[in-house]
Amino acid sequence: MESKETETNRRGFFKGALALVLGGLVGLVPALAGLTVLLDPLRRKGAQGTTVKVTTLDALPPDGVPRKFPVLANRTDAWNKYTNVPVGAVYLRRTSGDQVEALNVVCPHAGCFVDFSAESGRFLCPCHNSSFTADGKIASATSPSPRALDSLQVEVRKDGEVWVAFQNFKAGQPEKVPVA
Amino acid sequence: MKRLLDWLEHRTGVRKITHEALYENVPGGARWRYVWGSTLTFGIVVQFITGIFLWMGYSPSAQTAWESVNYIQNEMFGGWLLRGIHHYTAQVMTVLLVLHLMQVVIDGAYKAPREVNFWFGVLLLQLVLGLSLTGYLLPWDQKGFWATKVATNIMGIVPVVGGGLQKLVIGGTDYGHHTLTRFFALHAGILPGAVVALIVVHVYLFRRHGLTPKEPRRGPDAAFFPDQVLKDAVACLAVMGTVLFLIVRHRMFSASGELGAELGAPADPSEPYSAARPDWYFLFLFQFLKYFPAQTEIWGAIVIPSVVMLVIFLMPMIGKWKLGHRFNMGLLVALLAGAGLLTYLAMAEDKHNAAYQLAVKDADREAERVKALAHSPMGIPSGGAVTLLRSDAFVQGPKLFAKNCASCHRFDGNDGTGRLVKDAQSASDLKGFGSRAWIAGLLDPERISTTNYFGGTKFKDSKMSKFVKQDVAGYTPEQKEQLKKVIAAVSGEAKLKAQRAEDLGDATVISEGCTLLKESMRCTDCHQFHVKDEDATAPDLTGYGSRQWLVKFLSNPGHPDFYGKRNDRMPAFGEKQILSELELGLLADWLRGEWYEPGEEFSEK
Repeated sequence: MESKETETNRRGFFKGALALVLGGLVGLVPALAGLTVLLDPLRRKGAQGTTVKVTTLDALPPDGVPRKFPVLANRTDAWNKYTNVPVGAVYLRRTSGDQVEALNVVCPHAGCFVDFSAESGRFLCPCHNSSFTADGKIASATSPSPRALDSLQVEVRKDGEVWVAFQNFKAGQPEKVPVA
Repeated sequence: MKRLLDWLEHRTGVRKITHEALYENVPGGARWRYVWGSTLTFGIVVQFITGIFLWMGYSPSAQTAWESVNYIQNEMFGGWLLRGIHHYTAQVMTVLLVLHLMQVVIDGAYKAPREVNFWFGVLLLQLVLGLSLTGYLLPWDQKGFWATKVATNIMGIVPVVGGGLQKLVIGGTDYGHHTLTRFFALHAGILPGAVVALIVVHVYLFRRHGLTPKEPRRGPDAAFFPDQVLKDAVACLAVMGTVLFLIVRHRMFSASGELGAELGAPADPSEPYSAARPDWYFLFLFQFLKYFPAQTEIWGAIVIPSVVMLVIFLMPMIGKWKLGHRFNMGLLVALLAGAGLLTYLAMAEDKHNAAYQLAVKDADREAERVKALAHSPMGIPSGGAVTLLRSDAFVQGPKLFAKNCASCHRFDGNDGTGRLVKDAQSASDLKGFGSRAWIAGLLDPERISTTNYFGGTKFKDSKMSKFVKQDVAGYTPEQKEQLKKVIAAVSGEAKLKAQRAEDLGDATVISEGCTLLKESMRCTDCHQFHVKDEDATAPDLTGYGSRQWLVKFLSNPGHPDFYGKRNDRMPAFGEKQILSELELGLLADWLRGEWYEPGEEFSEK
């Protein structure tokens, strides 16, 4: 009598466990399919840095004051592909004759667009008050930015064309690491 | 662990709820026939999970809906599986709904005191069908677009409120961005919300009155857990197995078979779509509408379906009569048989309809093509994928040819789209126009006067025909060799994509041909060739068959550079503005076999 009850209990337990396993399994299928698609962006590479013509020397004042220029490049946005659209901006500064320096406009602290104030001769981030000197270095010890503004490679080619190797960098860390 | 559970129990009563949920009494013990409600709940859960993930990739607007769905389907990792599960679970649920309804009616589970629950069930059925209908449009492909238009137009014939209702549902007078935003809000917000609310009541009422046991009972009463739960779980497993099978079934039988749900070409209100059909579970309504002549469609589309729904709604009342239950069962069987018959008739009619079969083929061709174009290095422009198709020679060429050229010309014996033409052929067959084979045919004494070349035109007895039939016919073997070189030279002018390698390899032959053409072959007696010749009376051979030559020729074959006043019946397609510049280019590109092939670099024209 007792053994029959144990037998029933055991069968009940087995059935219950099987039901839970099967139920979990079928529920897992849609969840896993969804998660796979959700994680798709992790498999994708960001835009690589491209060297593009930004302006000509004539557009840069010789006084060393930074000027802002949009950067036009080809861009892929999920399914859309665009040619020659703004992908960011740079500050260009003529340091001497045909020497040009370029800075990415994005604040390395949290990614806001920094302004250049001609009055103070400094870059000021409107978000958390990071400040940088005209050559991009951190201007004050209390500046929240972990590193100087990100400098970019510049080439002055024939006819004074200014080409910039445009690239974005990860915000919030002392090292300059490209976003990829 | 126990202490934690006790703590939780004290605050939430979770143990009690779980116990109530699992140990519901099943009179007469677990049975397979009770699984349908659980499988439907499972289906809805699957739709919620997959739907929310799809939502993360979907963008409802006329320029991004198809594009985002295509991106999910063909570019995102695992997207085809996710979309496939959502699509086919919806289809399987339709079947499960019918099975659930049948079980409820046959077992008499709709009778007092369960009438209200039955009504909630019928409402849920309508909501799920509403979800199917709204979901069908969201990919914004040709099929969904045209099929849903039919549904909303039917809505428009409802007396008094129809017009307004239709406008409200599609967000204006015509399909566009707001049709999608509204359908999406219905599909992903309002209808699922209503489903959840109704299911809560449906399950609550079900628990309140308990299960309706099928008599005779097979054994003693038992708890819902574990026996019935196990049966339900196995049934859900079968549902998921069916869905997964449906997703991979094409691939199982062919390596190139499509995985997951179908996605047609993007919706285009200017492109006819004769393959428009609702999904299979609405085919019976589609077929039913065919039997209602003009002005009476409201009977087939609205009145009769509404009356049927009303009768189903009244089943609990009807069931009270002596023969009511039998009537209800008979009605259900009759309805299902009727729907089955109509579905069969719809399918059979399509199967034997050659025009429909061709339309499906065209649709598949365009769907395949736009997928390749969207995947090309050029990607999708901001105007949407539909612009890719509109400017694609591979897709537009055959259509333009069929419409403008095929009343006289042929392309490989047909109208370019693979359809045969009723009128007799009265101008050349242009398949391979400009190629060596085509020109060799023109210069063949046996073939120049066939309808595939000059046979049907007034050039049948032209100087050229005489030259070929008299002079060429008498050529010595040496002259025949020379002719081959001339053919290579003239064909080389076309710079055909398919002949590029051959032309490159035969550079010397071609240059010899160019000399022969001017000298011993005497082509330049009548034709112009790279040197301006005011006395030329025959078509210019400079760049013969090239894109520029062909566009100019199509634009006006009666131009002095071509046939001049001796032009036969061919219209000046460009100058008379029969075709736009874009269309002329597409036609020329298609005739020349010049279009993007997957895997090659994209060349901007």
